[in-house]
Amino acid sequence: MKVGVIVFPGSNCDRDMFHVLTDVFHLDTQYFWHQTGLPTNIDAVILPGGFSYGDRLRAGVIAANSPIINDVKKLADKGIPILGVCNGFQILVESNLLPGVLLKNDSLNFMCEWTNLIVKNNKTPFTNKLELDQRIPIPIANGEGRYYVDKKLMSELKMNNQIVFAYENYVNGSVEQIAGVCNKDGNVVGMMPHPERAAESVINPTNNKPSSLIFESLIQTLGAKN
Amino acid sequence: MSLQKHENEHIKNIIRRKLTKTELQIIAAEWSEHCSYKSSKKHLKMLPTTGPNVIVEHGYDSGVLDVGDGYVVTVHIESHNHPSAVEPFGGAATGVGGVIRDILSTGTRPIAILDGLRFGDIENDTHARWLFKNAVSGIADYGNCLGIPTIGGEVEFDECYKNYALVDVAAIGFGKKDKLIKNHASVGDLVVLIGGSTGRDGIGGSQFASDSLENEDRSAVQIPDPFIEKLIIEAVLEARNEKCINAMKDLGGGGLSCAVSEIAESLGIGIEMDVDHVHTKESGLFPDEIMTSESQERMLIITDKKKLQKLRKICDKFRIMCSTIGYVKSDKMLHVKKGTKTLALLPAEFIARAPLLDRKASKPKYLNRIKREKKIRKIPNHSKTLLRLLSSPNIASKHWVFRQYDHEVGIRTVVKPGFDASVLRLDNGKLLSAKIDGNPKHCYIDPRQGAIGCFEEACRNVVCTGANPIGMVDHLQFGNPEDPEIFWTFMESLKGLSEYAKFLRVPCVGGKVSFYNETASGPIKPTPLIGVLGIIDKTPLLPSTANSGDYIVIIGKTKDELGGSEYFEYIHKFVGGTCPIVDFKDSKINMLSVLSLIKNKLVKSVHDCSKGGFAIALSELSIFGNIGCDINIDKLPCEKNLSFEKLLFSESHSRYLLTVDKKNIELVKQFLSKKKISFNVLGKFSGDQIKIMYKSKYAIKCTIDIAQKKYFNTLGDMLKHG
Repeated sequence: MKVGVIVFPGSNCDRDMFHVLTDVFHLDTQYFWHQTGLPTNIDAVILPGGFSYGDRLRAGVIAANSPIINDVKKLADKGIPILGVCNGFQILVESNLLPGVLLKNDSLNFMCEWTNLIVKNNKTPFTNKLELDQRIPIPIANGEGRYYVDKKLMSELKMNNQIVFAYENYVNGSVEQIAGVCNKDGNVVGMMPHPERAAESVINPTNNKPSSLIFESLIQTLGAKN
Repeated sequence: MSLQKHENEHIKNIIRRKLTKTELQIIAAEWSEHCSYKSSKKHLKMLPTTGPNVIVEHGYDSGVLDVGDGYVVTVHIESHNHPSAVEPFGGAATGVGGVIRDILSTGTRPIAILDGLRFGDIENDTHARWLFKNAVSGIADYGNCLGIPTIGGEVEFDECYKNYALVDVAAIGFGKKDKLIKNHASVGDLVVLIGGSTGRDGIGGSQFASDSLENEDRSAVQIPDPFIEKLIIEAVLEARNEKCINAMKDLGGGGLSCAVSEIAESLGIGIEMDVDHVHTKESGLFPDEIMTSESQERMLIITDKKKLQKLRKICDKFRIMCSTIGYVKSDKMLHVKKGTKTLALLPAEFIARAPLLDRKASKPKYLNRIKREKKIRKIPNHSKTLLRLLSSPNIASKHWVFRQYDHEVGIRTVVKPGFDASVLRLDNGKLLSAKIDGNPKHCYIDPRQGAIGCFEEACRNVVCTGANPIGMVDHLQFGNPEDPEIFWTFMESLKGLSEYAKFLRVPCVGGKVSFYNETASGPIKPTPLIGVLGIIDKTPLLPSTANSGDYIVIIGKTKDELGGSEYFEYIHKFVGGTCPIVDFKDSKINMLSVLSLIKNKLVKSVHDCSKGGFAIALSELSIFGNIGCDINIDKLPCEKNLSFEKLLFSESHSRYLLTVDKKNIELVKQFLSKKKISFNVLGKFSGDQIKIMYKSKYAIKCTIDIAQKKYFNTLGDMLKHG
C-alpha cells in the first residue's frame, strides 16, 4: 500500500502533506519529483499545494502540461484515488482531469483564513468516512480559488454528484460556493482548502476530527481494496 | 559614487596608488553606510551578544540559538526602506527575499517571516495608502510563493513616514545543529555563484540606501522572483544534506563586491574571480555593473573540485544556474579579472573593513520642550473616544493585512497572527514564540526609554504565550547620522537596549542599522524595532476566549505616561508629554509572575497592555471573546491622582490583563500577594457591553458588536476603494 506525493518545482505543501500522511496516519508514503514519473503499482496519488512553476502564465497550467501528468491520467483511468489540494486542484483542473476552472478570488487578494466546509458527496475515496452535510473547519490559502463552471456543466456536475465540498458561508465568489469537486467516476478529487493543515489538534483551533476523516477515508479505501 | 575625503586619504595611505575604476566601484559599494556600518559599528559592541544558547560561527549573517535536542533556531532582521518607498511591491518583496537568504546561508530552513510596516497617514494620504497596499501585496506575493508562513508583525502609521516606507522583515530558520554550515575554505577551493542571473537591476542599491531619499532611482530597485528563490532554498538544503558546501554567503547589498570580499575576509583567504564567468541577464554588462549589481536570488558557495559535480547535479535538478566564477587563494587578496586583464586587486580585509567613524552626538533641542504637557480639551463622552480609538488604523485589527499572507503553510503555526505573539511548534516538541515591536511615537519623545519600551513590549508579548525570552534582534532605523542630533538619538536608543538586554540577560543575536531614512520633508522619528524569540518547553497558553463570570485581573501599575500615546496623538493631535518608562525591577518580577501563573495553569489567557492603554487591551479581550465586561477602574493599581483619561489610555509598561476562572481566583490572588506586585481584580466578563465604572458611575458603555465592527472593519473598508 503506497501513497505518492508529487513534487513540482515550486510545490510548497509537499512536506506538510508528507508529514501528515506518514507521522499522523502512518501511511507508506513516497515523494515523486516531477521528472521521475509514477510507478504503475501505486495505490493513491496526492498533488499537494504550492506555486508550481511560480504560478507563471496561470496557476497550475505549466505543471498540468508536464509529462508526469500522463502517468496521473493513466492511474486515474484505472480508478486509483487521486487528490489535488489547492495548487494540486488547479493542476487537475488545468489538465482536464477535473471539470471547471479556478479564477482569481473576488476580493482580488490572496486569502488565508479558516472557514467551514460542508460535505456534499461522501462516496469518494477521500470522503467515505464523513457524513453528508458534515461540517469541516479548515483553512484556505489561495489567490485563485474561485471555482467556476457554466450552467450546462453545473447541471452535469449535479447530475453526476460531482460536487464534493461547498463552503458553509460566502468566501470568494465560487459558483454555488463550491470548494471541491470530483470526476465522474469519483476517484479524482480536487479541493481548495488544506486538509493537511487541519488534521492535527495542535494547529487546529477548533476541531481536527473532520479533516482527519479525509485521510481516514483514504485509509479505509485502500484497506478495502487490499 | 559616495566616497568621502577621509576615505580617499585612507585609500591613498594604505594602497599607495590610484585605484582602478572597478576598485573604486567595489570600495564605494562596500564602504557605504548600508554595508560597512561605519557610523555604528564601534558602538554596537555595547550590546550583549553571548549567552548559554547562542552559537557563534564566523561568517554567519544570522543569529543562531540552540533550542536543545540537537536543534537550532536562526533569526535575522533587515529592512528595505528606500526601495519600498520608490517601488513598494518590488521593494518589499525583495526585502523578504534578502533576509530569507541570510537564514538559508547558515544551512537552516526558513520557517517563518514577521514584518513591520510603517507608512504615512493612510486616512488622509492616498499615496501612503498606495504604498501600504502594494508593500503588503509584495510581501504576500513573495512569502506565499516560497511557502514560508508570515506569522506576525505590526503595522503603524505616522505623519513622519509621509512619502516614505519602513519595511522591516524578520525571518526565522530551524534546523539540526550538526547540519549548520561551518564556513571554511582551503586553497584551491572553487567559488560558485548559483541562482538568478546578474543584470542591471539594483545597481548601486547599497549607496542608494545610504543617502536621503530625494531622487527616485528606479534602477537601484531590485526585481523579485520568488520562484527562483524557492528553487534556491531547496537546492541549497539538498546540497547541505549532500555536504557539498564548505562556505556560503548570500548576495545582498553591494552584490558580488561585498559577498566576495566579506567571505574572503571572514575566512582569511584570497579569491580570484573572472567577471566573464558570471551568468548574466543580458550581454554587454560592464564589469563594474556585474560587481555591484544587486540582482536578487543569488548565493555564493565555496566548494571543492570533488563536490562541484554533485552541486551541479543538484542545480540541474532544480534548473538553476551554477557558475564557477573563481577560486580560493592564500594571498588574502580580492582579485577581479576579465579574461586575462586585471580589473581589481586589493586586500580583502581592506575592502571589507571601511574606516570607522566617530560621529558627533548632541541632544536634540526639541527634546527640551517636548515633555511639557499641553492642556487638552475635556471630552464629555469617553464611550465615543473608545470607539474612535478602536478604529484608529494603528489599533484596529490588521486582519486585512495578515489575511493576505499564508500564515499556515509549514503546519507549525499554533498561535496564529492577530493576538499577542505568534507561536510555532518545533520538531523537538518545544514551541517558539516570536514578536516584533516598535514605537516611534514613544521613541521620538524619549529615544532611550522608548527603545527600552519596545524591547519590553516584545518580551511581554512572548511572555503572554507562556514563553521565556531567549534572544532578541534589533533593527535601528534613524535619519542622517551626520546630523549630531540624530546620532544622539541613535546612541540613546542603543544604550537603552544594551542596558535592558544586560539586565534581562537576553542576548542580542542579530540586527541591523539603517540610517539616512529621510525624505525632502525631513528625518523619520527614531524607529528601533525589536524582535524577541521565546521558548515554551511544553504547553503554550493559547488565546482562549472568556466565559461569563470569568474574572479580569490586572498586573502592573498605571502611571502618568500619556506622552506618545495613541490617545494624545490620534484623539488630540498632540505630540508630547512624558512617555512610558520601564521600571526594570517591576518588569522582571511581573514577567516571572505571569510565567509562573501560566505554568501552574491558573490563568485562561494573558493579554499585554500596550498601544491605547488599559481601555484598549480590555476591549480587545471582549472583542475576541465576543462577551461584555463589567469593571471598576477605581481598582486599577496606579500612581496618585491620575485622571480618568490617564487610567484608561496611559500606555505604561509591564502591565498584563489576566482572564481567570472563578475556581482559580483565590489562588491567583494569593500568589500575586505573596510576590508583592501591583495587581487587582477589576471585575468580570458578562453581558454584551464593555462597561467601565469610574467613581461609582458607568463612565463607559459600549456594545460589543459595535466595538467589533469598528475594530475589525476599519482597515479593510479604508483600503477597499483605493
